[in-house]
Amino acid sequence: MSSSGERLFEGADWDFQILQRIHDACEEIAHKELGLDVYPNQIEVITAEQMLDAYSSVGMPLFYKHWSFGKQFAFQEASYRKGLMGLAYEIVINSSPCISYLMEENTATMQTLVIAHAAFGHNHFFKNNYLFKQWTDADGILDYLEFAKGYIAACEDRHGSEAVERTLDAAHALMSHGVDRYPGKKMLDLRDEEKRAGQRRQHEESVFNDLWRTVPNVKTKTKASLTAERRRALLGLPQENILYFLEKTAPRLAPWQRELIRIVRHIAQYFYPQGQTKVMNEGTATYVHYRIMNRLHQQGRITDGNFLEFLQSHTNVVFQPEFDDRRFSGFNPYALGFAMMQDIERIVSAPEDEDREWFPDIAGKGDVEGVLREIWANYRDESFISQFLSPALIRRFRLFHLHDDPADSAGIRVDAIHDERGYRRVRRELARQYDVGFVDANIEVIDVDLDGDRRLMLRHTTVKDAQLNETDTRRVLQHLADLWSYDVVLTEVDGSDKVLKEYVVSPRVAAAAAA
Amino acid sequence: MVMHIVDRRLNPGSKSLENRQRFLRRAKALVQGAVKKSSQDRDIKDVLEGGEVTIPLDGMDEPRFRREGGTRDMVLPGNKKFVEGDYLPRPSQSGGKGSGAGEGDSEDAFRFVLSRDEFVDLFLDDLELPDLAKRKLAETESEGIQRAGYSTSGSPANISISRTVSRALARRVALRRPRKDEIEALEAEIAECDDAARRRELMAQLEALVAKVKRIPYIDPIDIRYRRFETVPKPVAQAVMFCLMDVSGSMSEHMKDLAKRFYMLLYVFLKRRYKHVEIVFIRHTDRAEEVDEDTFFHGPASGGTLVSSALVAMNEIVRTRFRPADWNIYAAQASDGDNMTSDSGLTGQLLTTNILPVCQFFAYLEVGEAANYTFDMPDSSLWTLYERLRNEGAPLSMRKVSERGEIFPVFQDLFKRRSQQERVP
Repeated sequence: MSSSGERLFEGADWDFQILQRIHDACEEIAHKELGLDVYPNQIEVITAEQMLDAYSSVGMPLFYKHWSFGKQFAFQEASYRKGLMGLAYEIVINSSPCISYLMEENTATMQTLVIAHAAFGHNHFFKNNYLFKQWTDADGILDYLEFAKGYIAACEDRHGSEAVERTLDAAHALMSHGVDRYPGKKMLDLRDEEKRAGQRRQHEESVFNDLWRTVPNVKTKTKASLTAERRRALLGLPQENILYFLEKTAPRLAPWQRELIRIVRHIAQYFYPQGQTKVMNEGTATYVHYRIMNRLHQQGRITDGNFLEFLQSHTNVVFQPEFDDRRFSGFNPYALGFAMMQDIERIVSAPEDEDREWFPDIAGKGDVEGVLREIWANYRDESFISQFLSPALIRRFRLFHLHDDPADSAGIRVDAIHDERGYRRVRRELARQYDVGFVDANIEVIDVDLDGDRRLMLRHTTVKDAQLNETDTRRVLQHLADLWSYDVVLTEVDGSDKVLKEYVVSPRVAAAAAA
Repeated sequence: MVMHIVDRRLNPGSKSLENRQRFLRRAKALVQGAVKKSSQDRDIKDVLEGGEVTIPLDGMDEPRFRREGGTRDMVLPGNKKFVEGDYLPRPSQSGGKGSGAGEGDSEDAFRFVLSRDEFVDLFLDDLELPDLAKRKLAETESEGIQRAGYSTSGSPANISISRTVSRALARRVALRRPRKDEIEALEAEIAECDDAARRRELMAQLEALVAKVKRIPYIDPIDIRYRRFETVPKPVAQAVMFCLMDVSGSMSEHMKDLAKRFYMLLYVFLKRRYKHVEIVFIRHTDRAEEVDEDTFFHGPASGGTLVSSALVAMNEIVRTRFRPADWNIYAAQASDGDNMTSDSGLTGQLLTTNILPVCQFFAYLEVGEAANYTFDMPDSSLWTLYERLRNEGAPLSMRKVSERGEIFPVFQDLFKRRSQQERVP
């Protein structure tokens, strides 16, 4: 190594030259040793207050205005002030250039850790993981957010902030059902998106002719009603992306309302991969910072003291409380992800017989970095766990599977533990917990009654008898009905199409009038 | 690869401020209720402080499709003694763990911190000072001086040198006034020139230039500009608040406490409106004196009751210290209503001729014992007097209060934003 042995910094203080040196040192290791391929980095130094600001706009540097972000901010500020919540050391944005926010309070060691973690670990993952490649446009996101912010502000000027707020409220309520789950359509190009919106507005303005309004209505021919099948095909039904369906087919929305829905939908889509790769993303970043920090220490570029400081925060980050611990609140994605990455490293470099049997493809292959890069690129949490959670790790975490069937009066059954009979079942169940197909309720738009009262029909197919919470569902459906402008019916059915419950919600008059 | 470091620390902070304001606006009714509730059991001194308020989440939540119930499977770490097929007792109803409760479910109340300004704003929302513009337009304003561009005339002290010089420069350039170095160059050339004809020619040139210099002055009177000032009416940004209180033996601690609360609210309110607020405490028995706050509320005193003495004292203080042209004067009188019958005439006269004309606002607060419903009792002598004055058209506001909880409603009622025609009853 060219500059090995030379200390990057002394003590806890840092300045911009030191940050640059740290970055360069990390970059050298990331490239030469780990073979990472990253977007150009942009490191931004911010204050604690700005970090709080960023929290409440989902970590993005710019975002449109909405009261719900203010609510979040008020809440977070209160818990931060009371000391209930610490702030993250860093926020990183999936964009090109990849922006990492560093808090000014961090010591030089922490900045090194954060740069290794975010600017190389997360950055590599964003650039190479297939989900991000498929669904997000890192080059365009910042421009698109800028456009969204401006567009929404312009709408508020034109149509009043109340009407905009009402539309956004409704769209937010349906955000979790505003994503395409399966690829098929072409990937979004957010820059084009922005241009397209502008062009459409221009087109509308240029072809607007008030005369058309005065032309008497031509009597519409009474069409033979479409067959149900043809109608559904025309509307693209069944459709699980409710926001997309509304944007395209809701009968009484104004063009700007469709655009707002589109914006919310695109942003939901942008964040969709992040929800599916928490374990992998954090695992990758933690593994990368661990490797880089260790190497820096080995090269003598950080002192033993710095290294101990790093180890302490690293240990805190990857701490996994056990289920009966008061601190337990589900799996820590850092802990699980990092443990799995290290475990894969072990399997690739020094496998045991059991590993050879379970992982014939990678056991003893020797090229740790290559195998890991391959995995980082091609898996998401669910498939990653169901493929690579090893018996050794199941034993180390002492994982067990609980099955809680309300019909079973004996209690909650321990279904599998970390033994020969249980490994596969534990692994399958854990993978399922990370499967988006199970995390979000399976709700689809199935039909529209075009001949009758235009009611919109949705269906929720329950999984394992879990039904929707009634109060919340009514509220969400209210929003949906307001956008649709006619009645909305949601039917809950179980796997065998037996109807469990039916909701009917009518639009509020005010919303219909606003359309 | 190139790496950029951007220092954002100096960027304007509080990007979330607008979102926060939107949130407060949306939750206004709820927050206002919470503010009033929390201010009721606060010490009046702390009313101005912001603080944590709790509002119910109803209407502020963001609903999502959420599922609950059904068969649940979970994988957990840290097995110690379970083997396959064991049964665990279900945890008691509420303490179910596993899938974390969604947002908006478990929290039925939402707590957050309001800043001092937000708190006061919400607290005093919908209140306004009565009769400010109508009655005293001339007197509530004083004159101030403001820069107002430049003028072509003025006193020498106000010459704007930079403006004058730059105009002169522009003029000299426009009229092509020869520069000093041009003339010097020509003179030098003449000095070195041997050819007589050429010399003559140059001399003529030099002469022309010098003549031109004389014709075009360096600074012309038309270049001169003066800084111009304008007098503008400036609203008086100071107010004085007179607290008048009867401290005779009949006033109990409870009554004084009620009065204090009212004064404090008035103070907070005026403070928001004016940069500078002075308070004058005048307490009276059968004679009045100006005292400090502590003595006002806690100092012992006894004697008869002569309200006019307080009014005389206030009138004197206004005359000597607070010229009505420079000060906005507010007065609030608290009393249990007792007054010597013989004093009524003088009190009424002082009030209508001396006090009310200089006051922006005069409020009379009749305080009573907690358990005592003043409303059932016959009107006190002071109340009867003031009511008569009011019916004759004197701009007085009066209220009766006997419970702590009534103070704020009464205050709010007095200062509620009203349409033009309505009068404070």
